[in-house]
Amino acid sequence: MTEPLHEPQLALHVEDLTVSYESKPVLWDIDIDIPPGVMAAIVGPNGAGKSTFIKSVMGLVKPTAGHVRIFGRPYAAERLRVGYVPQRSSVDWDFPTTALDVVGMGLYGRLGWLRRPGKRERDAAFQALEQVGMQDFAERQISQLSGGQQQRVFLARALVQQADIYFLDEPMAGVDATTERAIVDILHRLRSQGKTLIVVHHDLQTVRSYFDWMVILNVRAVAQGPVSQVYTPENLRKAYGGQIALIERNTFADDAAPASGDAV
Amino acid sequence: MLALLGDYTIQTVAMGAALLGISSGVLGCFAVLRKQSLLGDTLSHAALPGICIGFLVAGSRDIGTILAGALVSGAVAALVVLVLTRMSRLKTDAALGIALSVSFAVGVVLLTYIQGGGNASQGGLDSFLFGQAAAILRSDLWIMGAVTAAALALVTLLWKEFKLVSFDPGFATSLGLPVVALEVTMTIMVALAVVVGLQMVGVVLMTAMIVAPAVAARQWTRSLGAMVVLAALFGIVAGVSGAVISATARGLSTGPLIVLAISVIVLVSLLLAPGRGLVWASLRRRRDRRSLAGRQVLSTLYGLAAEHGNQGYPTELGALDAFHGTPTRGTMQRLERRGLVAPVTHEPETTPHWELTPAGLSEARRIDDASRENS
Repeated sequence: MTEPLHEPQLALHVEDLTVSYESKPVLWDIDIDIPPGVMAAIVGPNGAGKSTFIKSVMGLVKPTAGHVRIFGRPYAAERLRVGYVPQRSSVDWDFPTTALDVVGMGLYGRLGWLRRPGKRERDAAFQALEQVGMQDFAERQISQLSGGQQQRVFLARALVQQADIYFLDEPMAGVDATTERAIVDILHRLRSQGKTLIVVHHDLQTVRSYFDWMVILNVRAVAQGPVSQVYTPENLRKAYGGQIALIERNTFADDAAPASGDAV
Repeated sequence: MLALLGDYTIQTVAMGAALLGISSGVLGCFAVLRKQSLLGDTLSHAALPGICIGFLVAGSRDIGTILAGALVSGAVAALVVLVLTRMSRLKTDAALGIALSVSFAVGVVLLTYIQGGGNASQGGLDSFLFGQAAAILRSDLWIMGAVTAAALALVTLLWKEFKLVSFDPGFATSLGLPVVALEVTMTIMVALAVVVGLQMVGVVLMTAMIVAPAVAARQWTRSLGAMVVLAALFGIVAGVSGAVISATARGLSTGPLIVLAISVIVLVSLLLAPGRGLVWASLRRRRDRRSLAGRQVLSTLYGLAAEHGNQGYPTELGALDAFHGTPTRGTMQRLERRGLVAPVTHEPETTPHWELTPAGLSEARRIDDASRENS
């Protein structure tokens, strides 16, 4: 490809992105830059376009305007460096297949046409299941897995992609505290390997302990940058409006007494 | 029976029915898993105008032209559904309904026009409505066989792509698979299955052959591969048995018999399949309920014994009934059979009493510990 690199120093560069459904803008003129090696939370109220943002970056939703670059290139050119964890509820878990088989699907992109997954692919999928602690469930029907286990299977399918940048759509939604902890540990391990993680996250309370970068969305990009600079009452109020009162009391109070952080 | 299978016509019909079973069984699996069962209904009804146009173009009952016409008009209907859902705010079910009724209406109008035209060779065109297996010729089998082989080859070559697109189209897109093209291919395959079955079961009942084998197979299997193979087998069994039954009793039409045969298979599968069947599920519920009731009564007895500081404390049955708000006699008898409780008398009362046996005591302790761990 002879196209010159555009902002190659950034893991993700989004410029002037506008997405609309049936003439109503869901995302409006968004500019977002995320440097490599960070774990970034995408937060915002319901209907802010968080999932749409990820989907339009991955080409699942066609943007009305704007462009997206991954490490300086269009998505299609860097596809093999991208891993994706869709929302768990986006598929029918009654599909007749096993956990191991679903994880193996992460390799179909590399495998190419007409080639079938063989022993090498099975081994890679099994290893990914081990990483998320699901090796004992490899041959289990996916319909028999709990919500948290299904989420781990999806995470393993992304791990097997061996990507440099991962997009995760609400990976912590509807899972218990143990699973959430396990998922966060895996994500932190990936970050320490230099991977970039972009995570749609719904829980403002945990943003500061899990993430080091954040983007606040509400149709427009309200704020973005290191969590320490962006996680301010002012920014959150801009995105969430009146709903913020409760969050404010609970989380900003921690600053006064950081030692009691675990008690929340 | 053997004599029947030796009959040339019956052989032809049975082979046609088997081909129909294979193609609709295999291709129906993807339609059902993609929640597109109704697409088969629309495509088969939409085949009727194509059949008529094919007849008008050929000027005779030339099966090749007619089936090609059916394929084309089915594809056009599928395209209309796609455009309607993409371009307007119509939802898929509404678009399918519209495409189905409009194309079927067009088909019936064309059919009556042809029948009124006095063309001597028009005879039997309405057999495509409900199918007329006896009219199938050996030469027709070649066409049906070729279409089936083409569909099977497509499924084999694009197996992992079809599987991923059926399970998680969003993820498939993120991998760079041409999801729209693959979905269109799967839709065309359903149209191919319809074409194979037209002479056999006709446009009205064809949807059952798409949906039923896949639904039945899903009940018994744990992988897509097994589901596809089993759906093909179910399709063959239903097809051949329908064909043979109709041959033994004169005047019973083959298509509906095939559909009834596959319906029986579906019914049995829905009821009896291990794990997913309704009978299985209700047995499991009953077992769970009983074992829960047993554990509850044991821990009640255990609690009372502990309160009274007497391991063999005799508890009155009436008290247990009142405590659990339900008659517990059956539960007590089941526990007695397991040797966990024993009936005792408690003078001067004459009502039945129960006490924990040593085995019952240790079982109750185990339950108690387990529930403590879980809380």
